[in-house]
Amino acid sequence: MHKALLIDPHKCTSCMQCELACSFEHTGAFNPARSRIKIFEFEHGARSIPYTCTQCEEAWCLHACPVEAITVNLATGAKEVDANVCVGCKVCTIACPFGTINYSADTGKVVKCDLCGGNPQCAEACPTGAITYVDASWTGLARMQASAVAAHGQPGA
Amino acid sequence: MGWQRRVLRVDLTAGTSAVEPLNMEWANAYLGERGLASKYLMESMDPKVDALSPENALIFATGPLTGTMASTSGRYAVVTKGPLTGAIACSNSGGKFGAELKFAGYDLLIVHGRSERPVYLHIADDEVVIADAAPVWGTSCWNTEEWLKAHHQDPLLKVASIGVAGESLVRYACVVNDLHRAAGRSGVGAVMGSKQLKAVAVRGTKGVTVEDPKRFMSAVAQTKAKLWDDPGRRGLEKYGTNAMIDNMHGFGGLPTRNSQQVQFEGTTKINARAMRATGEDGHRNLVTNKACFGCTIACGRIAKINPTHFTIVNRKEYRHASGGLEYETAFAFGAECGIDDIDALTFANFIMNEQGMDPISFGGTLAAAMELYEMGVITDADTDGVPLEFGNAEALTIMAEKTGRFEGFGRVLGLGSKRLAEKYGRPEVSITIKGQEIPGYDARALQGMGLGYATSPRGACHMKHDVFEEDMDDVSGNGKAKPCKDSQDRIAAVDSTGLCWFTTSAWGLEEFAVQVDAACEGEWTAARLTEVGERTFNLERRFNLAAGLTSADDTLPKRFLRTPAPSGTAEGKVNELSVMLPAYYRERGWTSDGVPTNETLSRLRV
Repeated sequence: MHKALLIDPHKCTSCMQCELACSFEHTGAFNPARSRIKIFEFEHGARSIPYTCTQCEEAWCLHACPVEAITVNLATGAKEVDANVCVGCKVCTIACPFGTINYSADTGKVVKCDLCGGNPQCAEACPTGAITYVDASWTGLARMQASAVAAHGQPGA
Repeated sequence: MGWQRRVLRVDLTAGTSAVEPLNMEWANAYLGERGLASKYLMESMDPKVDALSPENALIFATGPLTGTMASTSGRYAVVTKGPLTGAIACSNSGGKFGAELKFAGYDLLIVHGRSERPVYLHIADDEVVIADAAPVWGTSCWNTEEWLKAHHQDPLLKVASIGVAGESLVRYACVVNDLHRAAGRSGVGAVMGSKQLKAVAVRGTKGVTVEDPKRFMSAVAQTKAKLWDDPGRRGLEKYGTNAMIDNMHGFGGLPTRNSQQVQFEGTTKINARAMRATGEDGHRNLVTNKACFGCTIACGRIAKINPTHFTIVNRKEYRHASGGLEYETAFAFGAECGIDDIDALTFANFIMNEQGMDPISFGGTLAAAMELYEMGVITDADTDGVPLEFGNAEALTIMAEKTGRFEGFGRVLGLGSKRLAEKYGRPEVSITIKGQEIPGYDARALQGMGLGYATSPRGACHMKHDVFEEDMDDVSGNGKAKPCKDSQDRIAAVDSTGLCWFTTSAWGLEEFAVQVDAACEGEWTAARLTEVGERTFNLERRFNLAAGLTSADDTLPKRFLRTPAPSGTAEGKVNELSVMLPAYYRERGWTSDGVPTNETLSRLRV
């Protein structure tokens, strides 16, 4: 069973702990500039939305890579970049429709979310539950349940 | 580790910048942020110079935990000599700017001199440029931040700026970062304006590392869980700081109508519940809560003004969400000015953030002007025809804008309460300590708070001591000296870490110590942090004595010392400062004139 990152923007307070945890996991430093998950603020700070790779099944980045540096981790389903193979051509960054794979000028390679090998640190760090790691086939479960609760609570329902 | 070990020093007179290594002897003695910046300030300028002269230094300081995974790691402090008080000013702020400065590779940014033309500082890691600010001079903090991001084509740029108030040397102008967070008190924005420095725009990609990553992450996880479960934190998340207003009204400690009263009948219209209530027209003041960088509390308020309200019915530019009411704003604009219109309060708060002004000092100054108006000392001829009666919501919003743009009577309000009251020959009307307006706690009802006001290095302030529980238990001056002194030292230590004081409902110094110890080299215990705090407090005292302040300045407005509280728990009582102050000096190891003894200074190695 694969799991997926589930993001609920309504719970995000823009605290950046996901970016801190992601950069620490992958670089050993607290450095949002190197985070693979980013928080975007809207409406003068009234809304905040964490955004990262959705791990497409037919991943554009994987298919575009000319040197097959991007492979599927069969245990997690994550599309992972092998830095030893990546030549930094950036074609994957053009292919990705969502912008979630990016070139790092520091390393000369591309970086993307790798689900931390099955223990995503962004979800671990998020204090409010805006980012959770759940059954990939049931990302709608919590919302479905909330809808069911709401419907049950309505008069006559 | 923890520290970046680099200080960026900018000389605006010469138009130069240079990086120097962090003085580790000072870092080990003063830790960071408030403490370390106070040491650098003391060594970088003569405390006697005019606060608004080029000889004053302006320091933006992070702490060793700023930018780390530690909860509430977004804090930075602005430390300088303050133009409101003539004393050392230390105002700290959250948001994201402080962490970004750290990520760019600097513990401290020290600004000297005065530029001949308006400039801003653009820092991108090692690239530091002093750039022409002409396109944004004369505009708001909001416009400046928007322009800088567009001009540098960098939406991730973090900006700390001043508005027209800071440019115009309004004595309580603040430094605004991330649109609605501010280094708010003591006029640090006016110092920035005096240097013709419009903004500091930073982009940092270097990151922060810690000494023992594994132990640090374990300490962070434990302290974070403790903070998350804390009832105080949950209250702040849901209600914000304005939960306090009902307590203070009920207790009789809510300064009302320029502190002539201690309870405000309009409290329920401007309290945290009013912010959360949905009106018949479907409007709700509170939109959401919001966190600063690295914060597990998320007490920030994001609010909207009712679109039908007179302030914005014809002004679409203020219909968006922005920073909402804190307790101090609700007190200063609400109770202290006798105004119960939550939308007018929220609008005035937006203007404070837009033009960079301290709402506590603005509210206190307007309240003094309102009292003078009702006395007949000030008339419509002075106030541009605006009737400055207590309770006049329109007057609040008009004067907020006039002061923010430095127009008409706003130029007088920009002097602050002390100078305004002196100008009209009625100094007793100014409810200030060392020239700074009081926050929302009456010193007759909260006696130890009064002692804290009198002895705070930056004048009237509620953020440099914590005698709250003792004050609620006993309305007298008895036994307040030691908890006041101890809490001042504790908070000075917290203010030197890079973390937020609001964690202290859940954390003691032990929780700070385990995180500092894992992040920094050397042994860091709670006892050592206490020593850093006491050392810092005594250093600030030395700065103020060198600046010319004396024990005569450790006093309270006559209203708190002579006029009994008219109602509430403290009805009939005045503040017992004369009992508390000598005991406090003894606790501190200071002479009866409030001067640290040689023994105290050598014990603390100040």
